[in-house]
Parts: sequence; C-alpha cells; structure tokens
Amino acid sequence: MTQSLIVIGAGHAAGQAVVSLRAGGWDGRIVVVGEESHVPYERPPLSKQYLAGEMELERVFFRPPAFYDDAEVELRRGRRAVRLDREARTVTLDDGRALRYDRLLLATGSRPRRLELPGAGLDGVCYLRTIDDVDALRRRFAPGRRLAVVGGGYIGLEVAAVAVEKGLDVTVLEMAPSLMARVVAPAVAGFFAALHRRHGVDVRTGARVEGFAGTDAVEAVLCAGGERLAADLVLVCVGVVPNVELARDAGLPCAGDGEGGGVRVDENARTADPRVYAAGDCTSHPNALVGRRVRLESVHNAVEQAKTAAAALCGTPRPYEQVPWFWSDQYDVKLQIAGLSAGHDQVVLRGDPAAGSFAACYLRGGALIALDAISSPRDFMGSRRPIAARAKIPPERLADAGVAWKDMT
Amino acid sequence: MAKITYIEYGTEKAHTIDVRKGHTVKDGAVDNSIPGIEAICGGSCSCSTCHVYVDGEWLARLPEQEDMEKDVLEFAHDVRANSRLSCQIRVTDELDGLVVRMPEMQNV
Repeated sequence: MTQSLIVIGAGHAAGQAVVSLRAGGWDGRIVVVGEESHVPYERPPLSKQYLAGEMELERVFFRPPAFYDDAEVELRRGRRAVRLDREARTVTLDDGRALRYDRLLLATGSRPRRLELPGAGLDGVCYLRTIDDVDALRRRFAPGRRLAVVGGGYIGLEVAAVAVEKGLDVTVLEMAPSLMARVVAPAVAGFFAALHRRHGVDVRTGARVEGFAGTDAVEAVLCAGGERLAADLVLVCVGVVPNVELARDAGLPCAGDGEGGGVRVDENARTADPRVYAAGDCTSHPNALVGRRVRLESVHNAVEQAKTAAAALCGTPRPYEQVPWFWSDQYDVKLQIAGLSAGHDQVVLRGDPAAGSFAACYLRGGALIALDAISSPRDFMGSRRPIAARAKIPPERLADAGVAWKDMT
Repeated sequence: MAKITYIEYGTEKAHTIDVRKGHTVKDGAVDNSIPGIEAICGGSCSCSTCHVYVDGEWLARLPEQEDMEKDVLEFAHDVRANSRLSCQIRVTDELDGLVVRMPEMQNV
C-alpha cells in the first residue's frame, strides 16, 4: 500500500530527507509543511556570504524550486503545524486543515533564544535565523552605523566580521570570560578575539547586558556596571532553543534541559512512536562515538540524521554513527571543529597560533575526542578518523606538527 | 552555459547538464540531484564531500588548486592524481564539454 509521509519543518534536514526518500524508493505521498515562504535552504551562508551580498538567493536554496514538482513533493509554505494527534495520525495546520499521515518526520529545527530584558522589544533589536531575518539586517547595514552584537558565538562573530568589513562600527558583548566559550579552548578563543580586534571590532568579554534603551528604536545597550553603549542596531545571538512543542504536546518523550533538550530519538532517528521520526536540531540522539545522548546544532547532523530517517522509512535502516563536525568562516580564517570537546581533561596545541594556522587537540584519558583546526584543514580532515576510533595518541606527537596524521596512530 | 557531464560510480550512468557560467561544477550536480555528490558544507571548501575525478586532458585546463583545496582533498576517499573538489571548479566557457566522474563514496 502506498504510504503518506508528512514532514514538519522545511529546513536543511527536511530538504535532505526528501531527496534521500525519493532516492531510496519512497513512492508514497510526501508533504512538507514549513512556516517560511521559501523552499528549503542552507542556513550556513546566511551569516557569511549571503549577508555579505556575495551569494545569490537561489544558491542558498538546498535544491532549485522546480525539484519539488519533479520529485512530486507537495510544499505547504507559510504554514505552521499547530497540533499533532498521534492516535488519529493527523497534523493540524494553522489554517485549521488536518493532514493525515502514515509516517511523520519532525524536522522542526530550532529558534533563536530571545532575550527577556527591558527594551528587548524595541525596533532595531534583531535576531538571525532565516533568509528574511538577513534581508532585513542587510537593509539596516550602512557604513558608520553602530552595531552591537550580543553573544560571541559562531553566528555573532560571523556577523561581526561581515559588518566591520562593510564599514559598520561593531562591538561584540559576550557574557562569558571568553568567546565561543561553550565549544573552544582558551587559546582558540584568544586567537579569535585578537583577530576581531585587529579588524577593528570592539570585543568585550565578561560583559553582561541588562537591557536596551531608546524611544521607538534602540539607541543604546545597557551593560552591567552602568555603562550605556550607544547603538543604532543590536543583533542578539545567544543560542537557540529546539522546537519541541508539537512533539511534547503530543506526549512524545523529550530530553531534559541537562541533556540539551530535543525530541528523543533512537539511532534510527525514530521517536518513541514507531510512526514518528525526527531529524536535525530538534532531536536528542544517542551518539555512540561521543558516548552519550546529545543534541547537535549543525548542518552535518541535519543531513546525516535526515538520511538515517529516510533509510529507516524506506525499510533499509542504516543507524546513525557520526563524529560531529562544524565549521565557521570569519574574515579569511576558517575554523573547523571535529568531535565534541566537552569533558576533555587535556588540551594540546599543534602548530603556532602566531603563524595564523594551528589546531587545538582535546584529549580525555589520553584519547583524542575533538579538535579545533584554525585555517588548518589538514588537521581537521586528518583528525576525524582517530577521533572516531578514540585513538590514544601521545600528546607530544600531537604537538609535533611534523608528525603527519597518517603516522599518528 | 557550459555542458558538463557527470558519470556515476559503478553504473557509469552519464548526466549531461547545462551549467551556468559562474556557478561551480558542484552547483550543477546539486541543482540536478546527481547521485554521488554531497557538498554538505555548501561549497565552502570545508568538507571534501564534493570530490570528483576529472576526465583525461581536462585536468590541465582547470584553474589551479589552492592550498586549502589540496589540504581538504588529501583525506577524501580514494584520492587520485585527477581528484578535485567540484565546489572549487568555477564554470567558464572554456570548460564546455568537461567530464567528471564520481568516487565510490564521499567521506562524510
């Protein structure tokens, strides 16, 4: 019998799932429900080349719009799923219509964490997640304008790099003692702080924001300690929240905040309901290579988990077993991260930060668990296999840039 | 426009696509869902999942590899002398007729 599949969400995971489902032989109906007006697209360029005006809109799309007709995929754009009834196997949309499914794939993604601070609702306090967000931000970019970026993570720093190159006067306010503190070692954070300062960004760590001031539009950021930082534009980049409400309200188990949240799935991207799968930022999955349950916010995870879900849906399961990886481009520096460094007990530097190309290797109990490569793609690429193998490598060999990765283990 | 031919691994199935000038060989493959190219990083030379083999004498006619591409490629699956990252090959009139072959797999 031909089966009907509904995909909730139209981001990167949804796009990949559709491609993999059709390639894998799913011949039933596929409906994709997305809140945005666009076809599925890739978010990484949004805070980089697309924001800089170096990439056309059509190149941001995961597949050209015509693909969905050709693949007989129904796109319901500008529609939000408001209720999931697992007993009736229906999803109700915000226009009141209900769609019936045999299988459901939740690819609801995540949303920027909002600041609940005085003045946070003022015009000019912006967030970045969608094409429309970036289009609006670009319209506000002009040389000499004062941009305050709240949050010194990947997105905030990528935007700061683009903005300062466009002639804006940029300040980054990071609450933690160092940039990207959640993910990188102090040496890496220090390198990026110096990089941004060299380009003219005012980088402030340990800077707590208490609110925003302005009459109609934002005019200043109010910092702890009483400083009033004048700003024409504020971009808040303080992490994301997984979109789990639809699943949770339907009684599907979700991970606790301590585990990073997310809809709980197994290694085949299946939720507690055998008819319901989930992929991407919104999921919490057991990662054997990391040794615990994790929720990842990355393109690699969105793509691979979508493939896993599609394989299981097509009856050819291929459990998810991936070393996470991430990347960020700031100015002409490329940061590539393999593995998850949380829980490391030793950091070894490989190469010389002063030379502008180096790596930070993270070890736990002598085993390599993660690596940050700064303009050093060879270290990034070379480390992935030993990280997957939890290879024990003597720190002095890691630190010796003369030892090639193929000779490391 | 330039005609680029993509040949699948194993089946040798050929797909000939008109790719717009200024787009990359990766763009042509992705836009037409040619099996065998992943391009997870979207063409930012971060991942090696758009690895291809360039056919015959075309290799010498391609723009030279930058160091970044060489370093990323080194760890791709089954690298050969004619390996390239298709995201780093920008299409020009001169590349009309280019033939590339897919590797057995991409290292995701």
